[in-house]
Amino acid sequence: MNKLKLIIKREYLAKVRNKSFVIMTFLSPILMVGMIVLIAFLTKVNDSEKRIITVLNESDYFSNSFNQTESISYIDLRNVTFDEAKDSTLSMGNYGLLYIPKKDGLEATANNAFLYTKESPVSTILERVETIFQNRLRQGRLQELGVSAKDFADIEGDFEMKTSTFDGQQNIKGINEIKAVIGGGFGYLIMMFIIIYGGFVMRSVIEEKTSRIIEVIISSVKPFQLMLGKIIGTSLAGITQFAIWIFSASLLLFVAMLLLDIDLNALNANPMMEQNAMVNMAVIPESSDNEMQKYAEELFKIPWILLLSSFVLYFILGYLIYSSIYAAIGAAVDNETDTQQFIFPIILPLMLAIYVGFFSVFSNPHGPIAVGFSLFPLTSPIVMLMRLPGGIGEGGVPLWQFLTSIVLLITTFLGIVWLAAKIYRIGILMYGKKPTYRELFKWLKY
Amino acid sequence: MSHILVAENVSKKFGEHTALSNFSLEIPENCIYGLLGPNGAGKTTLIRIINQITYPDSGQILFEGCPLAPEHIATIGYLPEERGLYKSMKVGEQVLYLAQLKGLSKTEAKKRLKYWFERLEIGDWWNKKIQELSKGMAQKIQFIITVLHEPKLLIFDEPFSGFDPINANKIKDEILELKKRGTSIIFSTHRMESVEELCDYITLLHQSEKVLDGKLSDIKKAYKNNIFRVGLNVKNDGEKIIQQFKTKFKISDDTYDNVEMQLDFTLQLPNTDTTAVLNQLTLNGTINHFEEVIPTANDIFIQTVKTKDK
Repeated sequence: MNKLKLIIKREYLAKVRNKSFVIMTFLSPILMVGMIVLIAFLTKVNDSEKRIITVLNESDYFSNSFNQTESISYIDLRNVTFDEAKDSTLSMGNYGLLYIPKKDGLEATANNAFLYTKESPVSTILERVETIFQNRLRQGRLQELGVSAKDFADIEGDFEMKTSTFDGQQNIKGINEIKAVIGGGFGYLIMMFIIIYGGFVMRSVIEEKTSRIIEVIISSVKPFQLMLGKIIGTSLAGITQFAIWIFSASLLLFVAMLLLDIDLNALNANPMMEQNAMVNMAVIPESSDNEMQKYAEELFKIPWILLLSSFVLYFILGYLIYSSIYAAIGAAVDNETDTQQFIFPIILPLMLAIYVGFFSVFSNPHGPIAVGFSLFPLTSPIVMLMRLPGGIGEGGVPLWQFLTSIVLLITTFLGIVWLAAKIYRIGILMYGKKPTYRELFKWLKY
Repeated sequence: MSHILVAENVSKKFGEHTALSNFSLEIPENCIYGLLGPNGAGKTTLIRIINQITYPDSGQILFEGCPLAPEHIATIGYLPEERGLYKSMKVGEQVLYLAQLKGLSKTEAKKRLKYWFERLEIGDWWNKKIQELSKGMAQKIQFIITVLHEPKLLIFDEPFSGFDPINANKIKDEILELKKRGTSIIFSTHRMESVEELCDYITLLHQSEKVLDGKLSDIKKAYKNNIFRVGLNVKNDGEKIIQQFKTKFKISDDTYDNVEMQLDFTLQLPNTDTTAVLNQLTLNGTINHFEEVIPTANDIFIQTVKTKDK
């Protein structure tokens, strides 16, 4: 045990003192936050560009339709010819010219209207203008039918199906997706951790092989101890790095927001949403605070303790399984270029877990695919975590599935570590050969 | 005589390949034991079994009379042929780490390191990284790591590779000094002249089997073929004398210097009785030298392996 501690300590220190590791640790949050700030800044700059459209309205319709928005303003021209309007638009450097000719009737007028721009118009502007026409047309058609706008709003009123489970729990639309995203976040974290730090374990094993220190060490400690110490030491270094990342990134982000006065919500509010909100404003009376409260309640109901403790459990088991495979691969090869053929089969289940998990768990957290992948030990750490925010038991993951997945995971963990240790034990003393799968299989029998 | 290590009918297979077959060995305490054999004979496998890196399929190893167990690791020091150190780790930290893995305490390891660093004239290397050192320096560090925990049994696999002649000599002296202090040493090498210089006993492995073992001096005695090197200061014509001898004895490599009247030749006798030939020689002149040719370890090695291959 004492030796294991020594190995863990050395592996940890070797990792955290490594220059590239240190640089990565402190540079990544800066890069990440810098990126976010840059994107927010650019979005802001982009949004703040105001486009002016000249309107030559010869008709009687559309006289009060063009209201200023944050991104577009309109200039009305009167008593000029089309050519004059065009010239002045160009000379003022406006974005475009909207020409509405005088025709009989609203429909004909709308159909003959034209938007002229220097280049083909950006979609946001075009959609905005189209929406104005649509609304005006709707208004006209309703008038023809003798229906007032208020009546129409009453008629059209949205409908939302209320749902409930049999035991009377109210469901909220989209909550399953939100839960899956939360679980998926954890799953994604596990995958990233495995790929990054599993690779570290592998490279560390290869380094010991190429520097030929391996035989010196395993004349003092058991290969299994060395492998385990390496995995644990590297993962502790990884956790340190993650912690520094999360801490410094949030700190930096906070500081950056204060300094640059960037509203993070601006990132999410794209112009499309802005428009839709405006269009719907007339129809839906108010976005209910009630709804938001329900979401908050539902998020509060997510079994966080269960989720976090299962995250730790699945994280440890999943990471140990994968990193011991990585260690075995590192032991089997002489240099990193030979690892490709072995790495692909490891990445595959991880990717599958993320993508299949996201698609199937999103649409149906308890469907056969979701259940299958959350039981299969190589994907369960990721997929089960996506299902778990729904809780265990009634309405969530059946207890037997949860237990089965853990039992399967532990069994696989023991089996894989045993096999990996065998390959590792033989592999670290094999030099100069690029092994095949067949040879690895043979090593298992030595 | 007590033995530090005894191997009893040890066999080891890797798949279809037999690395050691029914191999037995007795290594007396406080001696240097040469482990010889061509490449792939099974030396490394045996050494790895002794170090508990691999385990035999059958048979057992006794260390000081007890079956080999994990606690013996701390009493064995091993310098592998394929050796190296962590390139980017500092010398001091690295040596301390490896010493602690062998069960030494940090303070004790530091004390002994100081002694060894002075002894092998390793100066201010504590904070240097291995990649900044020359190969010879790194080899010295390796040697210190092997002996630092004062093991009862030392195993050196090609210990002199990577050393210049001066440092190789220094290491050789250290090995002899360690023996003087009571350590038993297994010495595996292809350099026969160092076997000659160092080993008290040898075992010769060939194709996973032991083909020869025993005290080096005994083996040499057993391998001598009554061959003598003779120098004779003749009174008369040497050419005639040598012709005359050739009819009676097996003569080879003969040279004659007719100015100095010096005749040199190699003589093989059918048995150990030298009286007849000595009488003949004294009749024809004065004997400068008459010396039995003892086979070198190299000769024995090549001869044994060749006969086995046939």
